[in-house]
Amino acid sequence: MTIAPSPAAPATATSAGATVELIDVIKDYSGQRALNSIGLSVRPGEFVALLGPSGCGKTTALRSLAGLERIDGGEIRIDGVNVANVPTNKRDIGMVFQSYSLFPHLTSLENVEFGLRMRKVGRDERRERASEALEMVGLGHLAARFAHQLSGGQQQRVALARALVTRPRVLLLDEPLSALDAKVRLQLRDEIRRIQTDLGITTLFVTHDQEEALAVADRVAVMRDGVIEQIGSPEELYATPATPFVANFVGLSNRVDAELVHGKVEVFGEVLEALGEPLADGPVTALIRPEDILIDPAGDAGVEATIVTSSFLGSLRRTNLRLPDDSVLSVQHAVSERAQPGDVVRLRLRGAAVSVSPRA
Amino acid sequence: MSRGTSNAVRIGTEPSKLARWIILGIVGLAFMLPLVAMLEFTFREGFAGEHTFSHWTTLFSPESTRTYRSLITGVTNSFLLAAVTVGIVLVILLPTMILVQLQFPRLRRVLEFICIIPITVPAIVLVVGLAPVYAIVVRVFGGSIWTLAFAYGITVLPYAYRAIQSNLDAVDVITLSEAARSLGAGWGSVLARVLLPNLRRGILAASFISVAVVLGEFTIASLLNRVNLQTAVLQISQSDPFVAVICALLALAFAFILLLIIGRVGQPRRIKKARRNRSDS
Repeated sequence: MTIAPSPAAPATATSAGATVELIDVIKDYSGQRALNSIGLSVRPGEFVALLGPSGCGKTTALRSLAGLERIDGGEIRIDGVNVANVPTNKRDIGMVFQSYSLFPHLTSLENVEFGLRMRKVGRDERRERASEALEMVGLGHLAARFAHQLSGGQQQRVALARALVTRPRVLLLDEPLSALDAKVRLQLRDEIRRIQTDLGITTLFVTHDQEEALAVADRVAVMRDGVIEQIGSPEELYATPATPFVANFVGLSNRVDAELVHGKVEVFGEVLEALGEPLADGPVTALIRPEDILIDPAGDAGVEATIVTSSFLGSLRRTNLRLPDDSVLSVQHAVSERAQPGDVVRLRLRGAAVSVSPRA
Repeated sequence: MSRGTSNAVRIGTEPSKLARWIILGIVGLAFMLPLVAMLEFTFREGFAGEHTFSHWTTLFSPESTRTYRSLITGVTNSFLLAAVTVGIVLVILLPTMILVQLQFPRLRRVLEFICIIPITVPAIVLVVGLAPVYAIVVRVFGGSIWTLAFAYGITVLPYAYRAIQSNLDAVDVITLSEAARSLGAGWGSVLARVLLPNLRRGILAASFISVAVVLGEFTIASLLNRVNLQTAVLQISQSDPFVAVICALLALAFAFILLLIIGRVGQPRRIKKARRNRSDS
């Protein structure tokens, strides 16, 4: 199964990047199927995130694309050419790893030069291009440092420069931010996106952090158990998740019991359209985003709930409420709306559609 | 029971400075006493108590080469054996260990077990097994001394293995070689430009310790009727105990220097320099 690029996705850049296609790729690990006939098509210059919980096959997919894993079936095409049997060093890719991967015996500059040296680029040009690449990631002044003299964030920047200096056709990022602390992670995330957009290089980014994926990618492929559950722009995934798994994994969701009748569900006294694949009538679980629930302190519409806790999150406030049936809901709202624990309020829904899954 | 925080009993702390010096002194004395006695012995003139340098000077004088020919043969043989043994370690053990680390991680336990076995088998037992093997070795490779290095290659396994493995454990060889390959390096370049430079310390340590073990080996050479440094020293001690002790001392000093070097070769010089100039930012 191949998933064609969705027409809604924005075309990012025009230049250098290559097309990348995974066609029915299968990979088995000692009897376990890590990739189950995966199909993915990435346009030149596009930034695609592979998102999923650990063990979903996202890293395997990336490593297969890099040639670090041999696939057991299917095709991997870069610019239309099947590279499934091409060794890693001949695939013309750049890769940044999760664990720090700088060569400890070389300086930052020599690390960046490594790929050029392998391509037999002359000494002067090598120096110049490596210096430029270090400047690009803002580390020109640390060219003489060894890896152990750099912070984690700086090491990953050098690794990024090293991966990009050879102007590869595809950039592969294997959770490059997960070893970094929160602040550096945000900074580097935005910088990766800026550099990627500048260079127009086709990029695949593996992450288990949905916020990270939604923030940087043109399109996000949500994976589970070796298959892609859904691929689409961050907005599509968030607003119209194709499966309950996607709804759950991308963003927070409240699970509310409801009854499905002719493709519609009634939640909090309101009748809403059910999203996703059509289900048979019967009991379902509706997945409702915390920001789609409104707290109405005074009104009489909707459903009654008691405030349990309320936490201030800077730009917004998240409040947990208990429904009469003892289930707990999480609601996100403006900071100005203050709620005291113990207050009884009414809840209403925003929006006209909701994603549902069969109740177990 | 209440206990003040200031004078709380600390468990597992270092001994005090004085205690450390006392321990070091006692242990040092136990080691040094025989060595000093040996050294003193080499300066003795007869058994009356006068001292002289004559034993040292005669050993190194030109005319003694004939007298001590077997000793010279022993020294040469031992160095040849040391070189071949190091060669075996570098050509067979090292690539095997790298391969296991990179491609067959499940074989690590097996390899470790195999490499540790020689330390559990006394040399004298080993020889019983080796004797018939060497009957064949002599037929295939001839009877020259270097074939003894096959046996030494086995006896040094535990030491060389530990030295290399501790280095392999300290370096993420898998990620480093994957990074190198993604940058366009073939396996040859991965080995020469990435793995070997980062395994330098372990390789040097393994080589030096192999040399030290080979130079000190007596049992196998003696029982297989070969001449090496130690068998030569034993032989000479029967006619000239002074020279034998001098040789033993020199061999010890050489091994000691090798071990010192192992401790020093830690990193390439420029890294040490860079670390000294390190400024944290």
